[in-house]
Amino acid sequence: MKAFADLLDRLVLTPSRNGKLKLIADYFRQTPDPDRGYGLAALAGTLDLRSVKPALLRDLVLERMDEVLFRYSYDYVGDLAETIALVWDQERKPPPADETQPRLGAVVARMNSLGRLEARDAVRDLLDRLDPSARFAFIKLATGGLRIGVSARLAKQALADFSGRDIGEIETLWHGLAPPYEALFSWLEGRAERPVPATPAIFHSVMLANPVGEGDLDTLDPADFAAEWKWDGIRVQLSAAGATRRLYSRSGDDISAAFPDVLEAMDFEGVVDGELLVGGTARSDSPTRTFSDLQQRLNRKTVTARMLADYPAFVRAYDLLFAGETDVRPENFATRRARLGELVERMSPRHFDLSPLVSFGSWAELDVLRRAPPDPVIEGVMIKRLDSAYQAGRMKGPWFKWKREPYNIDAVMMYAQRGHGRRSSYYSDFTFGVWTEGPEGDVLVPVGKAYFGFTDAELEVLDRFVRNNTVDRFGPVRAVRAEPEYGFVLEIAFEGIARSNRHKSGVAMRFPRIARLRPDKRPAEADRLETLLAMIAAREGGRAG
Amino acid sequence: MKPDQLLRPAPAGLYCPAGDFYIDPIRPVARALITHGHADHARAGHDAVLATRETLDIMAIRYGPDHCRRPQAVRFGERLDIGGVAVSFHPAGHVLGSAQIAVEKDGLRIVASGDYKRGRDPTCTPYEPVACDVFITEATFGLPVFHHPDPKGEAGRLINSLRQFPERTHLVGAYSLGKSQRVIRLLRDCGYDAPLYIHGSLARLCAYYQEQGIDLGDLRPATVETSRPADFRGAVVVGPPSAFADRWARRFSDPLIAFASGWMMVRQRARQAGVELPLVISDHCDWPELTETIRELAPGEVWVTHGREEALVRWCELAGVPARPLHLVGYEDEGD
Repeated sequence: MKAFADLLDRLVLTPSRNGKLKLIADYFRQTPDPDRGYGLAALAGTLDLRSVKPALLRDLVLERMDEVLFRYSYDYVGDLAETIALVWDQERKPPPADETQPRLGAVVARMNSLGRLEARDAVRDLLDRLDPSARFAFIKLATGGLRIGVSARLAKQALADFSGRDIGEIETLWHGLAPPYEALFSWLEGRAERPVPATPAIFHSVMLANPVGEGDLDTLDPADFAAEWKWDGIRVQLSAAGATRRLYSRSGDDISAAFPDVLEAMDFEGVVDGELLVGGTARSDSPTRTFSDLQQRLNRKTVTARMLADYPAFVRAYDLLFAGETDVRPENFATRRARLGELVERMSPRHFDLSPLVSFGSWAELDVLRRAPPDPVIEGVMIKRLDSAYQAGRMKGPWFKWKREPYNIDAVMMYAQRGHGRRSSYYSDFTFGVWTEGPEGDVLVPVGKAYFGFTDAELEVLDRFVRNNTVDRFGPVRAVRAEPEYGFVLEIAFEGIARSNRHKSGVAMRFPRIARLRPDKRPAEADRLETLLAMIAAREGGRAG
Repeated sequence: MKPDQLLRPAPAGLYCPAGDFYIDPIRPVARALITHGHADHARAGHDAVLATRETLDIMAIRYGPDHCRRPQAVRFGERLDIGGVAVSFHPAGHVLGSAQIAVEKDGLRIVASGDYKRGRDPTCTPYEPVACDVFITEATFGLPVFHHPDPKGEAGRLINSLRQFPERTHLVGAYSLGKSQRVIRLLRDCGYDAPLYIHGSLARLCAYYQEQGIDLGDLRPATVETSRPADFRGAVVVGPPSAFADRWARRFSDPLIAFASGWMMVRQRARQAGVELPLVISDHCDWPELTETIRELAPGEVWVTHGREEALVRWCELAGVPARPLHLVGYEDEGD
């Protein structure tokens, strides 16, 4: 655990990519199996560790310290894991010697073998035996909040640097292997043959698109490309081999358990790329439903019959990676799509359809189409080179995404809260509102919360406004001056909007962020709630038509 | 006599009406007793100043020989009478020359500890507990999150990093009085005997420490005018943290920023300051030292000054020791 904790401490504070690669590669070099494999899994997001709820940690720490002192500490540090790691030893205690601290592999094994009632004692015992830095690493791993600016791709690059192997080779193997990756390390160190994936129906890294940038399309001939709608669901990969069927998210998470309806209908052999949606397929001639409906089905371990009936899931197929056992990824898009069409034709019409192509003669024509798509669940168009192979990763050139413009409103800052993590000394989470008619004239009603979209320099401006214009405090939240003639106007961009009975305003935005600061605008000029309601009505009207 | 008749907070600082003197006043006064040489405690412009020899020397280095009209040096343990008040200075273990000041009248003794620490530091005289009725303590690190580790381990991490990134210049931020010399001494104690480069603002204080018999080894000025940036590859440069935000720091090749401070305990503080290698080395008490000291002294009352007063007052409350915050203004609760 010690080696991994030291690595985390360094990674968190190392801004340069090369510095990170060096630190990770050194860790692989100096740490024995199976610890380094679990460390790799933790960095790449594949570590399966029994999770610990923050509430349990809070309970455990309050067994040993005053609640008021804990609160002061947490307010100061701003991160629960770090607070607990630091306050755990109340008295001075010599830190445990490095070699007596539990190793990462042992911690993983112990946590994953616990019975339901044993977690409390085991977590307490581990926290006692680790030093503060290892405690922090352990809590971050067990609460699933490891945010250290290391992507799976970077971890694989570090494997490549460490071994001198090509990262492409590692990517190809990656999803067939599991922590602690001993076979992988043996191969990378030249002590064994290249490992062979044990399970069929493994996940294959998906192909991703780049957004269309200024001038990107100017030199491209529209005749070389196909376009299709970009649906607002989640990208998935269906993998079926013999009796094994799997549904993966685009990052390779196995989400099969939440979608038994789709899984049951997967009576084909091969690997299909598509969009998971709820509602009806085009083949059953019923509408595709919104992302907020899909959310009812996401992140569930089990689903009820009622959920299945109310929110039926289906997959709109985009691409074919394997036909049976044949790897068709090197074939061109047009060929793959023809084979995909034949396959979908034979599959359950209620659970699968083929993403339709959008015909267009010029980029200008496509631009018009993507701005006013025929279905409210479309968020733009995908542009794919007809002669392109299916390549893992985000290559520039073969695939583009061209999104519909985001929605925009001007809103007024109403409340602010200090951020956590890097922003713990800044007011960086903002609740904003729009005007609506109240019993005594116009009042602001909160419609959403945003905590990104601004630069560090803009954050300074926002933070200063909050500190200088606080009119009330509710715990960590500050209310700021928000009057028709005095306040701070924020331009908010968001991807979607729906009715909500959980919010006072009756609306909920999807993915809101601060697009621009508008110090030039008076709060009285900000938008009204009626404008937002009209956006919802337009969406709903769009579907009916 | 009630404690706040003997010593009480006033706009200029902690004031003793019977002796007509201030402790660490923040503006010029007729008579000042100074605990140590840090700028927020030792200011120029007083008429009479009573302090240890080292503190007076340090004030003269920083403010010039005319920093006050009547300097008077006092030895540790020596008892002086000022207007019927018995005054004595005792080691505080904070920086070279740092003292706690005991003030006594009619059987009531108050100890103003200034800044102090209990951990080992070969660059100054270690803290000595002084029994008292009222103990005035700082609370710079007065939160249960602060547990300062063994400083040798921290120096070891710096030495490791030099091995791991041998091409990078390691810039170690450390305040110029006390921390810099302590960090340099620590590196020497850990066997690092290569020349160390220091920022110009450290030169006179480092020389003074050396004159006082504290061996800091081979120190060289970190001036690039006389050398090439490549000469600093893999070298350690010690300087005040403010200099690293300055253009001064850009002259080094691919510098790696380290900072020696008790604040480095909290990761986000390190991240906000752009520090890549935090070294938790503090010249103040951490939480266990603060609470152990109060337990050990068992004073009738505790007054808490600069820092996180509320948590330490809360701890005293739970431990059954009467305590209150003093709300003195003008002292940095951030410097370390």
